[in-house]
Amino acid sequence: MAPVDDTEEKLPEKKPHREELTSEQQIRRRTLKAFALFGLAGVIPFSLWKWIKIQPKEAGLPKVFREVLKVNEEVANGYFSNANLAPTFPKDWAVKNVRVNGRDGLRSAIDKDAWRLKVEQPGRKALLISLDELKALPKQEIIYEFKCIEGWSQIQHWGGVNFAEFAKKYQLGQKDGSEAWYPYVGMKTPDGGYYVGIDTPSALHPQTMLAYEMNDEPLTDLHGAPLRLIIPVKYGVKNLKRIGSLWFSDERPRDFWAERGYDYHVGL
Amino acid sequence: MKRIIHKHPLAIRWFHWINFPILVIMIWSGLLIYWAYQPYKIQIGDTVLFKFFPNWFIQALNLRRRLAEGMSWHFVFMWLFTINGVLYVLYTFISGEWRFLLPNRRSFREAWQVTLHDLGIRKTAPPQVKYNGAQRIAYTAILLMGIGSLLTGLAIYKPTQFSGLTTLTGGYENARLWHFILTIGYVLFFVIHIFQVVRAGWNNFQAMVTGFEVEKKLPEKTPPAPTTPA
Repeated sequence: MAPVDDTEEKLPEKKPHREELTSEQQIRRRTLKAFALFGLAGVIPFSLWKWIKIQPKEAGLPKVFREVLKVNEEVANGYFSNANLAPTFPKDWAVKNVRVNGRDGLRSAIDKDAWRLKVEQPGRKALLISLDELKALPKQEIIYEFKCIEGWSQIQHWGGVNFAEFAKKYQLGQKDGSEAWYPYVGMKTPDGGYYVGIDTPSALHPQTMLAYEMNDEPLTDLHGAPLRLIIPVKYGVKNLKRIGSLWFSDERPRDFWAERGYDYHVGL
Repeated sequence: MKRIIHKHPLAIRWFHWINFPILVIMIWSGLLIYWAYQPYKIQIGDTVLFKFFPNWFIQALNLRRRLAEGMSWHFVFMWLFTINGVLYVLYTFISGEWRFLLPNRRSFREAWQVTLHDLGIRKTAPPQVKYNGAQRIAYTAILLMGIGSLLTGLAIYKPTQFSGLTTLTGGYENARLWHFILTIGYVLFFVIHIFQVVRAGWNNFQAMVTGFEVEKKLPEKTPPAPTTPA
């Protein structure tokens, strides 16, 4: 019987290639050339940095960054799907102390009894919808991890109307006489102090809702009473509180934080 | 006359030096992002040993109130980090360079010997082909860490679209923690790497620029004749 070979040991190990004898002068010349090229190549990152710094600013960011973020958005739209859902959790995982992280758009007083959701669409008369009308629609609940753009997250429990159901019920979003959707939804607080723009596919995602309850209770003022947006496919900044009006549009609606240097899309 | 030993192929040198400024940008912009929510610290019981990051550090690097800026740099340069990394991995495996890089069964014992030698406990360093065992382990680990950063990064970048990946990396908060730990790992790697490169000397360092090392003495053809026996 032949002895068992240790084949791995016998595999030729790849060896660095040795050159024939080279003169000192040749070595020096090659070294200098390599370092000269290295120094020259070092100008590339430096120039790139300078170039970014002198870029005209577009809503607080260098123009080229806005362009790349736009590409990122298109890539994200490529894999976005209604089948991709934010993970949900058991009800008792939801926190009791839900974090409040901003009061923009909530600084003025509001008469909740007089409140109506104003819905606008090009070429139509504006609708005014009361909270009771919204509550008459099927209720949806979600317990998911709310994610702030700052980095923190919290498991929260919300209840309200599914946005896609709402749009269907009031026949919103599709251009008159066609199947095509307006590409954007805009929303703002009654005082206009806070406003967001959302791409329609994200608004129609099955987990997006117009919420009027938190932890089975009506919304508190600081959490956006009487009606707020809950949109798990976006960072918290898009989850507008105290919705005053919403509208479908062809143009990108203004967005509070996008005007302050943040990405417009901020999709999760 | 001297002898030239080709050490690093041109492609590897490009990948190495391109990665350096990109990683600097990713770490810096990552710090701008981290500033907005800083939960990590090292503590034993109730005693906080170190908070990421102390105020002097945040002030020195001017990290305050730059979240939007940090995110924009991070999500632009992530592409370059990824492309450079993927090309490096492809090149390493197609060219056969992986044979120098990946640890083999001798590497772990060898790495221990190298460590003892570096600490001055052992007189001789084990013989090596291009990289010693400790280097093989370190450079392979950094490659795996790169993949780890990419995956945990994606897990916190699109936690809904890639919720499977987020779950796999331990959930949103864990993925963020690992993304952070890996970054600390790069910084530690960098410190040791610089120290070792300085220690190894000029010939070793310049090879990452020129591609070759210069062999000072010609290898002996025959072992030297024994001198007077003791």
